Amino acid sequence: MPEKNMSCNTTSSQCCCGQSNTVEENNLLDESNAGWITGKVLTPAGDVLRVSTRLNARDILGSWKARWGINRHNYKIGPGLYGVGDPTDHSPVLVSANYKMSFDSLRKELAGIDAWILVLDTKGINVWCAAGKGTFGTGEVVHRIKAVDLDRRVSHRKLILPQLGAPGVAAHEVFKKSGFRVIYGPVRASDLKAFIAEGMKATPDMRAVKFRFADRIVLTPIELAHLIWPLAIAIAAIIIMNLLGIRFINSFHDLMPYAGAVLIGCVIVPALLPWIPGRAFAWKGWLLGLIWALLIDALYTWNLAASISWGPALFYLLILPPISAYLAMNFTGSSTYTSLSGVKKEMRIWLPIIIGSAGAGIVLMFSRLFLKF
Amino acid sequence: MKYRYLKDVVTLELDRHKCTGCGMCIEVCPHEVFTVESRKAAIVDKDSCMECGACARNCPASAISVRAGVGCASGIIRGRLNGSNECCCE
Repeated sequence: MPEKNMSCNTTSSQCCCGQSNTVEENNLLDESNAGWITGKVLTPAGDVLRVSTRLNARDILGSWKARWGINRHNYKIGPGLYGVGDPTDHSPVLVSANYKMSFDSLRKELAGIDAWILVLDTKGINVWCAAGKGTFGTGEVVHRIKAVDLDRRVSHRKLILPQLGAPGVAAHEVFKKSGFRVIYGPVRASDLKAFIAEGMKATPDMRAVKFRFADRIVLTPIELAHLIWPLAIAIAAIIIMNLLGIRFINSFHDLMPYAGAVLIGCVIVPALLPWIPGRAFAWKGWLLGLIWALLIDALYTWNLAASISWGPALFYLLILPPISAYLAMNFTGSSTYTSLSGVKKEMRIWLPIIIGSAGAGIVLMFSRLFLKF
Repeated sequence: MKYRYLKDVVTLELDRHKCTGCGMCIEVCPHEVFTVESRKAAIVDKDSCMECGACARNCPASAISVRAGVGCASGIIRGRLNGSNECCCE
């Protein structure tokens, strides 16, 4: 019953605090079949699970599924202490979240390193988001240090936290409450080896958050996955309208303009983000949506031989850009540089435009259907 | 390449009188917003701030204030609809 044991670790701190040695044993019961636990590290204060620094096919499949939103909210491991290599009481302690993808991205960078990994209970959420919510926080760090008897496992009093955990953790308060000194490591786990080799010093480059093409692309599946329910509702609405004789989508050909607008907002804008002029995400989406609408108009409604069919042409200009703009605006949450104040301002300006334009488009569509012009 | 979001919207403030020059803000900032000038912190790139709040939380002298939060449109919309303070990262 992995679920039961997991909840024992994650929610009921009382059941773990009293008997710290059972924390790891619970994990062994839970995860022994998963392949990422390779044995035990023996310490005077009890055994600790040793984990692999290589990701196996199941780990990679798990990450892929989480990227698509499958089992994403339950992709977690038991909090507690783990070891990589042959850690001793002098080995560094690296702190991570109990979202499996966070944990995996850390351990895969630790080949050839002897270290401890202290996994916090972040309710299965990654480091940065958990820090923003406070579950990757001062209280949990202090609690977890005590829960795993860290002062009996290591002789030093240092913790290396991912820098992106800093919004939730006050280093000076952790020191006051636990005696452990927090050192903020690099943003990316791939820089950890260099960071440790340099005597726990991060270069400015290691401190800076990047948002490269590959970083942006891996975030796009979840943007599409979020659309499953709205899409189901839209398809149901189209079917009902068709049954009622209101036929504005009859074929794949009619669906193309909308599919393109969605793809622009969810995939193209994230992919081309730094190269699209302007700053507001909604603007970037609206701009590409407008180009798409003009293209659709040219292909679908503008017959060179005849005159422009202005009704459908105007409809696409009104409806397609706001779809792309809205979806692009939602990518602010996945981006690494938008501030709350900025997004609020962007929404104040763009939500009325999006709603107004789409509303006008829908009114136009119905007017044309019923008034037959 | 450094990304640029909207100008002049960020709520970040630094009280240089309180600052002890420990450099913690420089260490935790993901966007190189701070530097050290004459042994105290200084804001050099305010528009790059994403209001994550790491600097304010880790300032032992409480010299930094910022209205921290997650810049996430769908989270803000959901928050307004539910009356909760939901974050999009879930």
